[in-house]
Order: sequence, then C-alpha cells, then structure tokens
Amino acid sequence: MARIAGHRDRNAFTALYEAYGPRLKSYLTRHGADEATAEELVQEVMLSAWRRADGFNPSLASLSTWLFTIARNKRIDFLRRVKRPEVLADDPAFAPEPVDGADTVYEAAADGDRLREAIRGLPPEQAELLKLAYYEDKSHSAIAAETKLPLGTVKSRIRLALNRLRGLIGEQ
Amino acid sequence: MSQRHPPEDMLFDHATGALADPLGLLVATHLTLCPECRGETRRLEAVGGALLDQIDPTPLAPGGLDRLLARLDESAPQSAPQSAPQSALGPRPAATIDFKGLIPEPLLSHVQGSQWRKVNAGIDEIQLPCAAPGMTAQLLRIRAGASVPRHGHHGREFTLVLAGGFSDHRGRYGRGDLTVADSALTHTPVADRDQDCYCLAVVDGGLRLAGPIGRMVSLFWKF
Repeated sequence: MARIAGHRDRNAFTALYEAYGPRLKSYLTRHGADEATAEELVQEVMLSAWRRADGFNPSLASLSTWLFTIARNKRIDFLRRVKRPEVLADDPAFAPEPVDGADTVYEAAADGDRLREAIRGLPPEQAELLKLAYYEDKSHSAIAAETKLPLGTVKSRIRLALNRLRGLIGEQ
Repeated sequence: MSQRHPPEDMLFDHATGALADPLGLLVATHLTLCPECRGETRRLEAVGGALLDQIDPTPLAPGGLDRLLARLDESAPQSAPQSAPQSALGPRPAATIDFKGLIPEPLLSHVQGSQWRKVNAGIDEIQLPCAAPGMTAQLLRIRAGASVPRHGHHGREFTLVLAGGFSDHRGRYGRGDLTVADSALTHTPVADRDQDCYCLAVVDGGLRLAGPIGRMVSLFWKF
C-alpha cells in the first residue's frame, strides 16, 4: 500500500486488485448484487482504494479490514441508495483518542493472522452466524428470522464468538 | 451504573453494515464523540476483514483490470456540495446557532438549514427526514434548567447528548452519552441549569406522556 500511496505504483495496485478483487466480488454478490453490479462495485472499491491510499493506516486496520470497510460502505451507498453516515476524523466535533503516554504502536496485519486462525476454530454454529452477519448484511433480528433461532440464542452465540475473537485484536 | 454507550448488538450491526438509519446515524454520531466505541468498532471491523480473507473468491470478468487501470487517471467525483452555509439557516434567531463543532458531521448535514419548531416553552425540535417506518428521529433543544414532561415509553427511545447535559433519577448524561429507555422506564429528564441541552432522540415505537402536563404537551408534540 505504501507503494500505491507514495509512488502511485500501478504494478502494486494490479497485485492488490488480483488478490482482493475476486473476494470483494464474492462479498458483494452475497449481499445481493448481480454479476454486472458486483463487477462495477469492485471497480468502485478499487478506485476508492487508489484515491484514498494515503489514508490507509496500518496501525488502525489491516489491509483486508480497510477494504472490507470500503466495500461495506460502497454497497450500502449503491444497493440501498442511501449514504452511510461516516465518522470523519477532521470533524470539528471529533473527540480524539485519549493520549495515555504509552505509545501503543501495533501492526493490525498481525491480528489478521490470529483472527483467521481463531475463526476457523470457532464452533460451526457460531461461525455460521458471524458469516450471515458479515457476508449477508443480516441484523440480529433478521438472522433470528432466517435461522428460526430465538433472538436471545442469536445474540448469545454472536457474543460468544466475538468474546473469543476480541481478545486477539490489539489495542485492548 | 447506567449505560452510556450503544448496546453491543447495535455496534455489531453497525460494523457489519446491517443497521439502517436513523439508528445508523445515531451510532455514527456517537462514534464521532466516543473513542472507546470507535476502538470496539475497529475490532468488529477487523473480524469483517478476516472473514473477507476467508470468503471463496469469484473469478472477475475479463477486461476488468484494463478498464480499472484506464480509470485511475479520472479525477475523483466532486463530493456532495457542502452543507448550507450559516447565513442560509433562516431569519429566526433560534435557528442561527452555529452547529459546526457542536453537531458531528454524520448528523450535521441532516439538520443544517432546518428551522426549530417550538414544542413548549422549554423545548424546541427539528424532525429529521431520515426516519424509517415506525421510527422517529429528532434533534431536541432543551433550555437550560427546563424539564421534559414525565413520560414512559411504548418502544425504545435512544437519546444521544450532543451538548450540555441532562439528569433523571438514573444519573446525569453529558456530551457523547447515549442512553436507552424502554417500556420499564418512566422518567422526567431535566437539562443542566448552566447550558442548553442538545440531544438526538430516536424513538422506535413512540412515547407515552404521563400526568396532566404530559397529556397537554402530547397534543402538541406528536410522537
């Protein structure tokens, strides 16, 4: 990403497209985009990544997390035809992170490896609900309706899964 | 201790993208004011990133890369026009308050240029146009020291304090605090005495005003 942001390196960008484009297309398709829309949205996500490359901060998010948030926002903007309300760090009302002296530099990418491993280790019924939520834009109540599970069960399974994953992610 | 942050299932639904407005707007506005919940949101988004890595890839149509590379030199589309300038807020003095810095951007563009509507001597409101069916969303201004008539709740009421603060029997809520009231709660919020209180209120299901003043107010204040 540094080569894309600093040198506008098209080879690095091509590699990014080839690595993530097919996964982004799956993500968008799972959310109900048809073939042509999914292709178009992949282009839009990648164009945003190109234009906003200097806003990528590896200490806040891994590359896949950053692309996930761009894809999520793009599909909401396009498929729901509403603008997702976004938090802007340059908003005059923005409350900054408290400065605690201890400079917590961490590399979000390292979390990604631990997270992927942990997701693979989740009980299948928990992993299934997480995928419904993240891949298909299902709210807690929509998941409950689709799986015919009580809402409380959906909440507790997602909470159990998140509790297990949360400890693996930095800046606790 | 009473809660001052969104319920965790709301933060989760916001991170996955499932939370629709006006609740999405409420959470995004809270996030601007709350570093703690931003940290939690980043953790939830990291789960989304890890799941993106694990999704089975779908082959892209041929020619997509060339089309994309050809578009890299296009200039970015101009972002939406800036919110109405201060002077466009209208002649009423009550509406000429400078919202910038007071009201975070996710909400600001919904209320810039709107007129306050008087609810009673102590309360003004701006109804937000983004309300979903069965929900209402409004920006409330409660004058310093004024109280909201004692009321209960049919559904859930989410109140996010943007400026000033208010208290009820549960405690005091200040800038950035988000409280949830449900049918079990009847309360009489009172604004701080030294400053007007601005809140974003989202009601899912309606309020039930209690007492003679409440019934009178409800004639004018339709939830």
